[in-house]
Amino acid sequence: MTSPQKAEHILSVENLDKSFGAVKILKDINVAIEPGDFLVLVGPSGCGKSTLLNCIAGLEKSTGGEIKIGGRSMNGVSPKDRDIAMVFQSYALYPTMTVGKNITFGMKVRGVPEAEQQRKLNEVAKLLQIDHLLDRKPSQLSGGQRQRVAMGRALVRDPQLFLFDEPLSNLDAKLRVEMRTEIKRLHQTLGASIVYVTHDQIEAMTLATKIVVMKDGIIQQAGTPNEIYNQPANMFVADFMGSPSMNLIPAQLEAVDEKTKISINRTDMAGIELMMDRKIEGLAGGSKSVILGLRPENISDASGQNAKDGQVAECRVDVVEPAGSDTFVVTNLGGKQVTARMNADVQIMAGDMANFAFDLSKASIFEPESGARIA
Amino acid sequence: MTDWLEKHVPKLVLAPSLVAIFVFVYGFIGWTAYVSFTKSRLLPKYDLVGTIQYEKLAASPRWEVALTNLAIFGILFILFATVIGLILAIMLDQKIRTEGPLRTIYLYPMALSFIVTGTAWKWILNPGLGIESVFRDLGFENFSFDWLVNPDLAIYTVVIAGVWQSSGFVMALFLAGLRSVDGEIIRAAMVDGISTPRIYMSIIIPSMAPIFLSSFIVLSHLAIKSFDLVIALTGGGPGYSTDLPATFMYAMAFSRGDIGQAASSATVMMMIVTAIIVPYLYSELRPRHD
Amino acid sequence: MTDLHMNDTHMDDRANRNRLMKRIALRFGLYTLLILFALYYLMPLFVMVVTSLKSLDEIRTGSLLSLPREIDFSSWGKAWSSACTGIQCEGLRPYFWNSVLLSIPAVAISTLLGAINGYVLAQWRFKGSNILFALMLFGCFIPFQVVLLPMALTLGALKIAGSIPGLMLVHIVYGIGFTTLFFRNFYVTIPTELVKAAKVDGAGFFRIFFAIFLPVSPPIIVVTIIWQFTQIWNDFLFGVSFSQAGTQPITVALNNIVNATTGVKEYNVDMAAAIIAALPTLLVYVVAGKYFIRGLTAGSVKG
Repeated sequence: MTSPQKAEHILSVENLDKSFGAVKILKDINVAIEPGDFLVLVGPSGCGKSTLLNCIAGLEKSTGGEIKIGGRSMNGVSPKDRDIAMVFQSYALYPTMTVGKNITFGMKVRGVPEAEQQRKLNEVAKLLQIDHLLDRKPSQLSGGQRQRVAMGRALVRDPQLFLFDEPLSNLDAKLRVEMRTEIKRLHQTLGASIVYVTHDQIEAMTLATKIVVMKDGIIQQAGTPNEIYNQPANMFVADFMGSPSMNLIPAQLEAVDEKTKISINRTDMAGIELMMDRKIEGLAGGSKSVILGLRPENISDASGQNAKDGQVAECRVDVVEPAGSDTFVVTNLGGKQVTARMNADVQIMAGDMANFAFDLSKASIFEPESGARIA
Repeated sequence: MTDWLEKHVPKLVLAPSLVAIFVFVYGFIGWTAYVSFTKSRLLPKYDLVGTIQYEKLAASPRWEVALTNLAIFGILFILFATVIGLILAIMLDQKIRTEGPLRTIYLYPMALSFIVTGTAWKWILNPGLGIESVFRDLGFENFSFDWLVNPDLAIYTVVIAGVWQSSGFVMALFLAGLRSVDGEIIRAAMVDGISTPRIYMSIIIPSMAPIFLSSFIVLSHLAIKSFDLVIALTGGGPGYSTDLPATFMYAMAFSRGDIGQAASSATVMMMIVTAIIVPYLYSELRPRHD
Repeated sequence: MTDLHMNDTHMDDRANRNRLMKRIALRFGLYTLLILFALYYLMPLFVMVVTSLKSLDEIRTGSLLSLPREIDFSSWGKAWSSACTGIQCEGLRPYFWNSVLLSIPAVAISTLLGAINGYVLAQWRFKGSNILFALMLFGCFIPFQVVLLPMALTLGALKIAGSIPGLMLVHIVYGIGFTTLFFRNFYVTIPTELVKAAKVDGAGFFRIFFAIFLPVSPPIIVVTIIWQFTQIWNDFLFGVSFSQAGTQPITVALNNIVNATTGVKEYNVDMAAAIIAALPTLLVYVVAGKYFIRGLTAGSVKG
C-alpha cells in the first residue's frame, strides 16, 4: 500500500481538510518531511498553522485527508499512541508537580519502570542543564527554565516526531534568541524530526530545513529557507518573509533583445529606467505591468562595488534610519515606500538627492492581479 | 468500544447531574405550571381547566396583599441595601486603618440563617420590652414603636431586618469593584485637579454599572425568595399583613391544602424571577469574542 | 515689600492650617460614622448574647441593652437539652445533630459533583456544553417554591418523605448548580494546553482530573464547601417542607422553640437557641472569612 519512497517520510500529510461548522480552517494541505528534517510552519495568526499541528498531534480531528507518522496512518489514533512529543506555548507544566515529576509523568502513565524513569530523567536533565531544578515547582522557575523543562518533558519520550507550538513566543527578546540557538543545537545533536509552529519569520529562517508558509488555511509555498527567501512563490510570501520586508514596486517591463527594461514611475519627478540582464517570457514586443520585488539588501548606495554591479538611479531620500550595523534609507518609487539597505557609515540626509544602486540579479517579478511569481 | 467510551466520557460524567437538573428543575417547573391550570385542591388533578386558578388568585385579597408587600419590601430592601452598601464601601475605601475588622463586622450577618436574624429582630422590635423600652428609659416617655404588631407597618420591620442582613454583602461587592477601578484614571483626574467627591460621582461610581446590576440581581432574587425571614419575624402576621408570595405559596401548599393556588402562585413567582434572571444570564454567558 | 511678603506666607500658613483642620475633621467624621455602623451591625448580636445570659425577671424589668447583673447560663442549658419545640421538650440537641448528619454528606456529594462537572464544562467542552451550563446555572436562581409540590410527591413516591436522606437529596440536587459554577469558573482560568500536554503524555480523562486538576483545587474546594455548608445549615424552606417531627433540621427547631405557645415566653432561652443555631456558620465565617466572601461574590461576578 505504501510505496517505498513514501515510507521514508517520517510525517506525511495528504489532502488534509479541517472545518469548524461552515468555516474552513485548513484546505487541502499536503506536506511531507524526511527523518531529521526541521519543518517550520509559519504564517500570520489565524492562518491555520496551530490547527495543523494539533491535527498532527491528534488533539483535533481533521475533517478529511490523511496523516501518516512513520508510514502509519493516524486516523483514529489517539495522541498518546502517535509516538510524538509536544512543547506548548504556555509550556503547560503541571503546576503542582515538581520539575522531575513533570518530566517523568508521561513515563509513569505508560508504566515505565521506576529505575528507567530515573535514568532517562537524569540524562535529559543533564542535557538541558536543569539537573539542579528537579525538586522545584514550576512556579519557582524563570521563563527560560520553564521552557527547558517543557523541552525535557518532550525529550524523555524519545519520540519519532517532536511538535513545537510557538514555544518561544512567551520569552523576552534576548532569551528568545538564546533558546533559539539551543533548539537548533539540540536538533543537530539529536538528529530529531521536528515540526515547529511560529509566526516569527526569523525563527523560521534560522531553524528550518524546510519551511511551509501558510495563509487562510492554504499552503502558500513550501521549500528550503533559501528558496522561500530568494524565490518567493507569491507576493504574500515575499512580503511576509524577511525583515524589513521585500519592496514591492509597481513597474513596466519591456523586452530589449536578451534583456528586459524596467520602468518605474514616480509621482513627483521623472520615472527611472533600469536594465535587467534576463529575458522574461511572455513579453512579446509590448510592455507589461508587473510588481517588481526587491529585497532591501539589493538596493544600496552607489559606491565602489555596488555601482559596478548594479544599475544606478538618482532618488530622493525621504527618511534615514540608522540601525547600527546598517542604515536603512527610504525613498519613493512607483507610489510606494521603498527601503534600501546601505552601509552604516553612509553620509546621507533626508531631503538629499542620492544615487541608489539596484542589484537586479535577485529581483522577483510578480503578476499584479494574482500576486503569483512570474520570474 | 473503548474508543467510543474514551470519546464520550466527559458527557457520561456530566449526564447524572444533567438528568437530575432536567427532572428536578425543569420537569418540576413544568409540573407546577401544568397543575396551575387544573382544578387541584387537596390532591393534584390532571385535567386542564384553563386559567381559573389565576382568576381566583387575582381575586384573592390575601394574594393582593402579598404582591403589594413584595413591591414595598422589594423596592425598599434593594434601595436601602444598595445605598448603605455603597456608602460603606466608599468609606472603607479611604485607607481606613481598621478596615479588616470593620469589614468582618459589616458582613457577618450574611453568615446567619434568616431564622436567626428574624428571631433576634423580633426580640429587639418587641413592643414593650424591646427598643421601645430603651427609648422610654432614656426619657422619651411617649416613644412608641409597635411596627411589629401594626398591620400597616409590620412589613417595614421585615425591611429593617433584611437590610441589616444583606447590606454588608453589597458592601463586599462594591468594595471589590472599587479596588478594581483603574488607578491610572484616578491619578489622571487628580492631576487635572478634580476633587475627590467629584471623582467618585463622575468617574468611579459610573464605572461600576456592572456591580450595580449584579447586586440588583442578587438582592431582587433574595427579595422574591424571602420566606424564612418573614416566618421568623412576623409569621406573616398580624393576620396576613406581612405575607409575601413565598409565604402565600407555602400556606396554600402545606396549611390550606390548596394545591391549585399554591401552583399558580409559584408559577407567578417563577415568571417574575425569569423576567429578571434570564436577560442577566444571557448577557453574562453570551459568547465573547476575543 | 518684605512686610507684604511676610504677610503672604502668614496667610499661606493659615490656609494650610485650615486645610489640615478640615482634613482632621473629615477623618474624625469618617471614623465616627464607620464605628456607628459597626455598632448597628453588632447590636443584634450583643442583644442576643446579653439576653441569653439574663434571668427572665431581669429581662422584664431591665433594659434591652444593659449588661446582665448576674451571668446566668441556665437558659443555654435549657435551649440545648430541654426547651420545647412543640410537644417534645428535648431542646435543640437532636436537631443540631440532624443538621450535622444532613449537611456533611450533602456538602461532600454536591462538591464532588460540582468539581467533576466544572472540569468537563471548562476543559472538555463539546457542542452545546455552554447551553447545558446556562441551563444548570439557571437552576440556581429559581424560586424554590416552584418545585416544592412535585418534590413532596416525588419524595413520597421514593419512600424517603420526611427522612434525612430525602432532605439530603433535595439539597444535593439544588446545590449542583452553584458548585458547578464555582469549579467551572475556577478551571476555566487554567490553560487548555495543560490537558493537551497530559493527553500527549498518555493520561486520560480521570487521570488528568485526579493527577493535575484536583491538586490545584484546594482554594475552590474550600470556597465551595463553605458555601454549601452555610446554605444547607441555614436552610429553612426545604427543612420545614420536607421533614417531620424527628428529622427536622436546626433552623426549623429554632423557629418552633421561638413560636412554642405553651407556657411563659422565655426570651433568654430563645436567644440562646438562636446563638446555638448560628454558631457553626459564624465559626466558619470567623475562621475562613476570606473564602466565605469569595464564595458570596463568585456567585454574582462573571468568570
